[in-house]
Amino acid sequence: MSVDIRDLVVDRGHREVLHGISAHLPAGEITGILGPSGSGKTTLLRAVVGVQLVRSGSVMVLGVPAGAPELRHRVGYVAQSPSVYPDLTVTENVRFFAALQGHGPEAADRAMAAAGLDGVRRQLTADLSGGQLSRTSLACAMVGDPQVLVLDEPTVGQDPVLREELWSWFRSLAEQGRTLLVSSHVMDEANRCDRLLLVRDGSVLAHDTPSAVKASAGTEDLDEAFLRLIRRTSGEVA
Amino acid sequence: MTLRGTLRTAERLLRQLRHDRRTIALVLLVPSLLLTVVYYMYEQHPAVFDRIALIMLGVFPFIIMLLLTSVAMLRERTSGTLERLLTTPVRKLDLLFGYGLAFGLAATLQAVVTTTYAYLVLGMDTAGPAWSVVLIAVCNAVLGMALGLLCSAFARTEFQAVQFMPLVASPQILLCGLFVPPEAMASWLEGLSTLFPLTWSVDALMQVGSSAEITAEVWRDIGIVLGVVALALALGAATLRRRTA
Ligand SMILES: Nc1ncnc2c1ncn2[C@@H]1O[C@H](COP(=O)(O)OP(=O)(O)OP(=O)(O)O)[C@@H](O)[C@H]1O
Ligand SMILES: [Mg+2]
Repeated sequence: MSVDIRDLVVDRGHREVLHGISAHLPAGEITGILGPSGSGKTTLLRAVVGVQLVRSGSVMVLGVPAGAPELRHRVGYVAQSPSVYPDLTVTENVRFFAALQGHGPEAADRAMAAAGLDGVRRQLTADLSGGQLSRTSLACAMVGDPQVLVLDEPTVGQDPVLREELWSWFRSLAEQGRTLLVSSHVMDEANRCDRLLLVRDGSVLAHDTPSAVKASAGTEDLDEAFLRLIRRTSGEVA
Repeated sequence: MTLRGTLRTAERLLRQLRHDRRTIALVLLVPSLLLTVVYYMYEQHPAVFDRIALIMLGVFPFIIMLLLTSVAMLRERTSGTLERLLTTPVRKLDLLFGYGLAFGLAATLQAVVTTTYAYLVLGMDTAGPAWSVVLIAVCNAVLGMALGLLCSAFARTEFQAVQFMPLVASPQILLCGLFVPPEAMASWLEGLSTLFPLTWSVDALMQVGSSAEITAEVWRDIGIVLGVVALALALGAATLRRRTA
């Protein structure tokens, strides 16, 4: 198992926001994390990267605890809000993060090309459009060629063509044996994942392949399947 | 510490500065402008000008680096870039030394420009050599930087960060000997002033002003300032958390 989450409990702001989540993510697959806003997707991803203080439970990544020093050049993280330097150009940003990982300008060039940034390389990051900005953040995470990629809503604000390109990039990375953990709000992206982790209010609703999720909800439409699963669990509680 | 992390961080900060021409101009030129004002204020009293100009050569880099660093580091904390940096192989010390290197370099340039201007254009006169003035000014810049890094941990917004400037800088500036020599103050103020690093660097500058030799006291004063820098950096490193709530 590439990422192994066990009984993860996380408090944020004096409130428990993840209530004992367990999940196993195999290498070579894209796992999609879906759930309503505020359900704890970002918190879960932060725990996998090792930047989140956790109350209990464990997160193992590539066999060592999340956040361990030996993971720092093997895990790439794209936070939900683009974290790059607005007063540097795109190239300067990507080259900086490449250099920190011990890679030269060629690696930065490849990451920028893959993220569709060739046209804006010399532009100041502050002057980019929203979609370009988040792709710059993506390129900065990809540049070190990490084994595990944790992407928090990487396709928000991208047009359909770019989204298609980004997903085929993710797919090729998975085919090379990398592990991808991608959060999203968009159900048509969920269909592109090998496995889904449906989260609601800090608990796992379902963890299965898209087709199995659809089958268990008895519908071909993932949006509808998600709604049905939510209703079913609320019904159980009520 | 790794050399790569330190150098890349310093290079990145200098690139950020390079895109900000206005800040460069302010950092390099404003001190000379203010010295010119002081020069005309004390036109009739060149000896007073010599004393005040010398102290200001030490105080400027302190203030400017305190401001620059606290805002730069606060941005790093609030924009998420700090969190991202700490997920890469960069060490915390790399970051701190990178800041020290980049802003130290900027401060050296500032000190050279301002000191040259004070000696050559305004006719400032000191018994000791000009290089020792620059050396002390750079130590003060590094002090301002180290305190700025620490302050950034206690501010959540840039408004707050700027407010640390009066809190941290003005007591030191009031008591450092710019207005009245510490010996002439009420004894409790004199005692308080010995706790502030700026007092020691101003003492060093006064030594340079009055004696041709670099005295042992100058080295002691510089040692004290650098000791405070080390302490502030160690505390600053403790505020860089890899995991947050
Ligand atoms: N820094 C924080 N302090 C206190 N509570 C927080 C903090 N960050 C998040 N929370 C709370 O934790 C819960 C989970 O937040 P999280 O950001 O993980 O949700 P999310 O699923 O990523 O939402 P979205 O889809 O809107 O990004 C939310 O109720 C949120 O209000
Ligand atoms: Mg989120």
